[in-house]
Amino acid sequence: MKKKYSIFALIKNSLSYHENWQRAWRDPEPKSQYDAVIIGGGGHGLATAYYLAKEHNLKNIAVLEKGWIGGGNTGRNTTIIRSNYLWDASAGLYDHALKIWENLSQELNYNIMFSQRGVMNLAHNQHDVRELKRRTHANRLNGIDCEWLNVQQVKKFCPIINCSPNIRYPVMGSTLQRRAGTARHDAVAWGYARGADSMGVDIIQNCEVKGIKRNGDSIEGIETTKGFIKTKKVGVVAAGHSSVIANMAGLRLPLESKPLQALVSEPIKPIIDTVVMSNAVHAYVSQSDKGELVIGAGTDSYISYTQKGTHEIVEGTLKAILELYPIFSRLRMLRQWGGVVDICPDASPLISKTSIKGLYFNCGWGTGGFKATPGSGHLFAHTIAKDEPHALNAAFNINRFVSGDLVDEHGAAAVAH
Amino acid sequence: MFIIKCPYCGERDHSEFSYGGEAHLVRPKQPTELSDDQWAEYLFMRKNIKGLQYERWNHSHGCRRWFNMARDTSNDKIHSVYKIGEKANK
Ligand SMILES: Cc1cc2nc3c(=O)[nH]c(=O)nc-3n(C[C@H](O)[C@H](O)[C@H](O)COP(=O)(O)OP(=O)(O)OC[C@H]3O[C@@H](n4cnc5c(N)ncnc54)[C@H](O)[C@@H]3O)c2cc1C
Ligand SMILES: [Zn+2]
Repeated sequence: MKKKYSIFALIKNSLSYHENWQRAWRDPEPKSQYDAVIIGGGGHGLATAYYLAKEHNLKNIAVLEKGWIGGGNTGRNTTIIRSNYLWDASAGLYDHALKIWENLSQELNYNIMFSQRGVMNLAHNQHDVRELKRRTHANRLNGIDCEWLNVQQVKKFCPIINCSPNIRYPVMGSTLQRRAGTARHDAVAWGYARGADSMGVDIIQNCEVKGIKRNGDSIEGIETTKGFIKTKKVGVVAAGHSSVIANMAGLRLPLESKPLQALVSEPIKPIIDTVVMSNAVHAYVSQSDKGELVIGAGTDSYISYTQKGTHEIVEGTLKAILELYPIFSRLRMLRQWGGVVDICPDASPLISKTSIKGLYFNCGWGTGGFKATPGSGHLFAHTIAKDEPHALNAAFNINRFVSGDLVDEHGAAAVAH
Repeated sequence: MFIIKCPYCGERDHSEFSYGGEAHLVRPKQPTELSDDQWAEYLFMRKNIKGLQYERWNHSHGCRRWFNMARDTSNDKIHSVYKIGEKANK
């Protein structure tokens, strides 16, 4: 049993100089057989294992991670959480997640630092204004909080934004979702890992999946760098590497993997207490608790698994940032990095069964899946345990590319992250 | 990042070029006879290879011509460029 984290635990452990804290999760060797195996120890994979154990009573399960948990996009993203998506199916999916975020620290007994500081989406031209107003209405019809701010209200809510009409892409208004915000990415992975581990889930790091063994149309097990593991159910949650794993099972997916970058500045005093996104100029910014500005950019156009992007992308983003926030002009940037994001043609995810019995995919989250982590894990666990989708992820099946029933968030919601 | 050698103009910075996706995808000859599954395969399903990939590029800020490239997507190393209609030489 895990010891509870609390103020008393903190005091007690301070007496022994914090040297005797219990391990947050074990470091087991893989067993030869599991009831289900999750490939990928990012937030989504760990959340899936957590809900499989908690809500579906599956305890003999493992999460296999080729590196360290949370070292993929979970630990590389800019942590924006919101649910103001246009279409009903997406609104249902992302708001399901947002509702879980609201109590997640308590549920996991782990401080994930969820901060509902609001997210703004700026409009810079007439088309943006129309689209974002439409989205505001659509959100409200779906019971999601969303407000439209005119330019004066934008200036009032976030004074450092340059609202001059004379800049190249003037600000013409903004949406605001007050329930939206940020969370600490690592803590989400660690909190779910600790929770899953305490229910008996084996979290196995440094274990790369190399092959999937099929017997006709069903799964027999998987080849890993730590040997063969027998299992009948495999849930793949490998983000940018989903196609690589699909290929091992002889499948193709509607995905392209591309580099996406972010960067942080040197830490400064609190200056921006919300998240501001701007899709037209492709730049967004928030401030971490350490004081760094967290700045996100766009993807490169070509497929690459290198986890680095090109300099032009960063340059373009910083130009936009400087025009919108002249006050940042003398800040120095500290770090820059990239992740490999898996993008579906309609910019919506897959949480789906496949043509192979017992093989499930949760991928295609592309540039914006961190916000969905708890909901995605919850719904994917349901899909794996019941062998059928939950009502909230039924629309996100792979057959939508055959039927044409796409959930087109690309053009519709000005969706970035 | 990387320098691309346009088969018509020679070496240029990659920012002059646009990516055109997986190469050698052939549009089905009898589109009216295709099932929905076959359309989905052609339109949406991709190899999304980690490793050597054959892909199309356009020299959009140069001669504006299309050509093909063999590139390793795991390290962005370009193995060869070749004209449309030519075969890739590895
Ligand atoms: C720069 C950047 C900024 C972003 N900003 C945001 C944002 O602000 N808001 C938002 O909502 N989303 C954002 N995203 C997207 C978000 O990070 C992802 O959608 C989300 O984290 C995906 O989580 P995951 O658990 O599915 O993937 P990951 O965390 O990538 O986990 C997948 C894991 O699978 C492992 N794996 C792969 N292959 C194998 C194998 N063969 N065997 C074993 N393990 C394997 C990997 O090592 C990895 O740890 C951003 C992404 C990036 C890169
Ligand atoms: Zn040229």
